[in-house]
Amino acid sequence: MLALRNLLHDRVRFIVTLVGIVFSVVLSAVQLGLFLGFTRATADVIEQSEADLWVVSRGVTHLESGVPFSESLRHLALGVEGVADAQAHIVSFGTWTRPDGAREGVMVVGVERDGAMGQPWNLVAGTARDLGRPDAVIIDELYKDKLGVTHLGQPVELRDRRARVVGFTRGIRTFTTAPAVFTSLANARTFTGLRTDQALYLLITAKPGADLARLSEALTHRLPDVEVRTTADWSATQRNYWMFGTGAGISVLIAAALGLLVGVVVVAQTIYAATVDHIREYGTLKAMGATNGYIYRVIIRQSAISGVIGYGFAMVIAAFVSRASQAGTTAILLPWTLAASLFVLTIAMCISASVVSINKVTRLDPAMVFKG
Amino acid sequence: MAAAITVRQVTKSYGGGTAAVQALGQVSLEVAAGEILVMMGPSGSGKTTLLSIMGVILRPSSGTVLVAGHDVTALPERELPGVRLRHIGFVFQGFNLFPALTAAENVAIALDLRGERRPAALTRAKDALASVGLGDKADALPANLSGGQKQRVAIARALVGDPTIILADEPTAALDSHSGKLVMDLITRLAREQQRAVVIVTHDNRTLGYADRIVHIEDGRLREDDARARGRAEAGPGPISGRPTREWDLVPFPA
Repeated sequence: MLALRNLLHDRVRFIVTLVGIVFSVVLSAVQLGLFLGFTRATADVIEQSEADLWVVSRGVTHLESGVPFSESLRHLALGVEGVADAQAHIVSFGTWTRPDGAREGVMVVGVERDGAMGQPWNLVAGTARDLGRPDAVIIDELYKDKLGVTHLGQPVELRDRRARVVGFTRGIRTFTTAPAVFTSLANARTFTGLRTDQALYLLITAKPGADLARLSEALTHRLPDVEVRTTADWSATQRNYWMFGTGAGISVLIAAALGLLVGVVVVAQTIYAATVDHIREYGTLKAMGATNGYIYRVIIRQSAISGVIGYGFAMVIAAFVSRASQAGTTAILLPWTLAASLFVLTIAMCISASVVSINKVTRLDPAMVFKG
Repeated sequence: MAAAITVRQVTKSYGGGTAAVQALGQVSLEVAAGEILVMMGPSGSGKTTLLSIMGVILRPSSGTVLVAGHDVTALPERELPGVRLRHIGFVFQGFNLFPALTAAENVAIALDLRGERRPAALTRAKDALASVGLGDKADALPANLSGGQKQRVAIARALVGDPTIILADEPTAALDSHSGKLVMDLITRLAREQQRAVVIVTHDNRTLGYADRIVHIEDGRLREDDARARGRAEAGPGPISGRPTREWDLVPFPA
């Protein structure tokens, strides 16, 4: 009763508190959403590959730094018990020349024609089978402007070779800002300077019921100078490399933490000011027989109510920002798990902001009520 | 009559060593149920300290305080709020109402502290307001009440939990003469009807006529136990409580 009424009685202060919380939560939500968006973008090509295992040259630290090996390893892999399919795969940086002559870095993804693994997904124009056409490439529509592409069938230039856009995907983002360009293995070798018998990865499909750990061991034993990683493991390696190995993710997380810290400071300051303003009332409550616990609950409820209302407004704004970001090359993801975590964080932030006020009330002498 | 509150040989010193200041020295006092005791004295005489000790807000340096016959001096700190809650109602000079709460909610908060559920607490609070003549002001915020009305809300709040002792600190100091008279009539009537011990600390001579007993405190010592007031108390009821006309009527507050 007292908590809510005190908040509503001083509306200006309440609004200031809410603005502080909303600012803090939106900032944190956007930063954490960016972190999730970046994280997904770093490893989307791996996670969408539909492969069970990735064969990687020994010592490779991330997807974009693949070291070529002979495609003949594919035949060795197919001979290993438990392998249902093995396909060569290429992911490597290339250079795209826009119609105006400007050059852009791209991530060339070379896939086997009619293969079941590593193919482009979320196609909104063209099909994966179109990659079988000479010089065909598929790009994501988010990067059309960046790459100077206006329409299907447009001739383009990759590593000074002619190519033609035969399809568009939707929502395939990359962390490196180099757009993914799907093409056939043969074209990919041309566009990235690999020899015709080289590949960077093998994608493996295990037979139904096969034990992936044992299959990995068998492949490692059979194929020279490679590591065999499960898709989940390789994806985690890739995410960790870009998000933590480069410091990019840390900076985003620090910004999110700063957002929360700003929230704590704002809420603590306003709740403290409110507590000081109401200090005589708390003294009266103590004189009347209220325990410290009762008064703590009043203060904590004030903070928690502010937190819940502020969180509600913040999530509306964050959801709007997240939706708007889907049209851009940098996605801000706001899954329910993040929203739920932020709710817990917000309430924890608001309650922790009450500590200073609680400390003030703990030391309050109820005899103050007799002083004038 | 049994003593509602007893103070025995109480001393209180602030500070320590050579800087120690003695606020109370060897004070003994009893207030019976249904008795109105007025405590007077100049500023700094120790009135507020004694009131705080009687209200179990402040611990004495030595001596004993009995509330409803129970020695509260040695109780641990965590048990003192419970003593105040069960036995003592406070009326303050500045009313000390919660500005964000309505009159009824201000009264109900005393019941909320006792863990009473809100609907029942509000019903009882409205009854208490009606008993102080403010039944129609239950939904009013303190800002919309006069000084006298605020003090009557505070009295309703002090009484709603059915305490045995009412401690009032300058209850008329912030009121005009009409409101002051209303408040004192009310305190007196409720003390008589409900057999509560009332201790009033005041500078205001016009409250003396309501006293069963008057004590003066100076330099931390009780100087006088006014037998005249005791005699008046025995004389019978006044105008509101059924007593004869008193000093309040004889010496009106300035407008």
